[in-house]
Amino acid sequence: MANLGIDVLFKGTNFLRLLQGLWVSVEISLVSVAISILLGLVVGVLMTFNKLWLKAILKIYLEIVRIMPQMVLLFIVYFGTTRVFGWDITAEAAAIFVFSFWGVAEMGDLVRGSIKSIPKIQFESAYALGMDKKQTYFYIILPQTIRRLIPLSINLITRMIKTTSLVMMIGIVEVLKVAQQIIEANRKASPNAAFGVFAVVFLLYFIVCWPISRLAVYLEKRWA
Amino acid sequence: MSELLKVTHLQKKFGDNVVLKDINLSVKKGEVVVIIGPSGCGKSTFLRCLNGLEEIQDGVIVVDGLPVEAGKREITKLRQKIGMVFQSYELFPHKTVLENIILAPMKVQKRSKDEAIKEALELLDKVGLVDKKDYYPRQLSGGQKQRVAIVRALLMHPDILLFDEVTAALDPEMVHEVLETMLSLAKSGSTMLIVTHEMSFARAIADRIIFLDKGEIVEESSDAKSFFIKPTTERAKKFLKTFDYE
Ligand SMILES: Nc1ncnc2c1ncn2[C@@H]1O[C@H](COP(=O)(O)OP(=O)(O)O)[C@@H](O)[C@H]1O
Ligand SMILES: [Mg+2]
Repeated sequence: MANLGIDVLFKGTNFLRLLQGLWVSVEISLVSVAISILLGLVVGVLMTFNKLWLKAILKIYLEIVRIMPQMVLLFIVYFGTTRVFGWDITAEAAAIFVFSFWGVAEMGDLVRGSIKSIPKIQFESAYALGMDKKQTYFYIILPQTIRRLIPLSINLITRMIKTTSLVMMIGIVEVLKVAQQIIEANRKASPNAAFGVFAVVFLLYFIVCWPISRLAVYLEKRWA
Repeated sequence: MSELLKVTHLQKKFGDNVVLKDINLSVKKGEVVVIIGPSGCGKSTFLRCLNGLEEIQDGVIVVDGLPVEAGKREITKLRQKIGMVFQSYELFPHKTVLENIILAPMKVQKRSKDEAIKEALELLDKVGLVDKKDYYPRQLSGGQKQRVAIVRALLMHPDILLFDEVTAALDPEMVHEVLETMLSLAKSGSTMLIVTHEMSFARAIADRIIFLDKGEIVEESSDAKSFFIKPTTERAKKFLKTFDYE
């Protein structure tokens, strides 16, 4: 039987390290996702306001996020700020910052889209009852927006979790990096390890992302 | 009787398009005014100006002694005096019937939840929908939704009610139940401005008929019966003809 190299995973603390790596990655994702959802709601609401300067600022922000690869941002934040400002931020904080910077923009855009898809006359119906702008958003518009938003944002969340592997590039001990280390360490003893280890990494990601995407499908059906 | 609504020299434009020209109207407490006119003549826009959903370019609207000015902070106070019912109901889809009705009384008028619920149930009972209180709007028929929308407006205790073609989106068999509700409101002394295409209903409910055409009041009559039999202007005659099939 072909040796897939899975056995190296169970040597010493390898598997534990892999799980820890996955946890760091999930942790970065969770924190960034939480920040993205909260700030994204605010940014999305701001995007629907009819203030020219506000629109300009948010448009520039959105364009920066679209044009700059996350990798570049990650390097700028992690290495750049240390060089230029002498700040000593941890790799994890840099990662959270960059992913939130990205997530807030994407989430904001989803929120804007969802708000825009709510008919204008729903606002008017609330205004006609004497509600002010704040009450209208809070009680009428945002709850409806969130329902439309949930399936969309779950898609974003899964993408964010997957992209955290980028973090490896600046040296966080994160899943892919741990995998790489295990493979390197066992190159001689178990040349096939790459396949087995990456298969396990794939499986771990699948285990994290699959329930989320199932939830998305379920919610989409329920609220469609 | 005291004057509740007074509109003087109202002008409304969308860009360069003048949609309402020099409209003058005053409505007394308890009066039921029906506005009719061809599609696109400015009926909806007129009602929307009255509660500040549209800005006006000239003229003055006064409700219960206070000027209606769109975009001003005080507009939310004024809107509580003016109930509005839309053609497309515009219930809040994420809230139940009861929640739809008590939301504004609680959040805008800061009334207690118990008191709001009590009154909501009484009114729902009057329109025969008390058993639907926990339904969501999507579970109701059009006629039921529209009656809920009316109750929702009523619970704010408005001084004036505006109805914009509230039966136009309904299946014919549901039109009646909604018109009945409006008739009983009129009997109980509510002040109402009604835009409708239901001519026999207009004749039955109106204290005054206003015929609007191309943004102008062309004919006004406080004798609904004779207006429908013998309108004085050519334009009103022509308009009423479109409802006859002989
Ligand atoms: N938001 C708007 N922007 C531009 N034009 C509008 C708008 N709303 C209504 N109009 C125009 O104003 C005129 C009157 O419309 P409306 O008040 O809806 O008529 P009615 O209710 O009598 O059918 C129409 O010519 C319509 O095209
Ligand atoms: Mg209309």
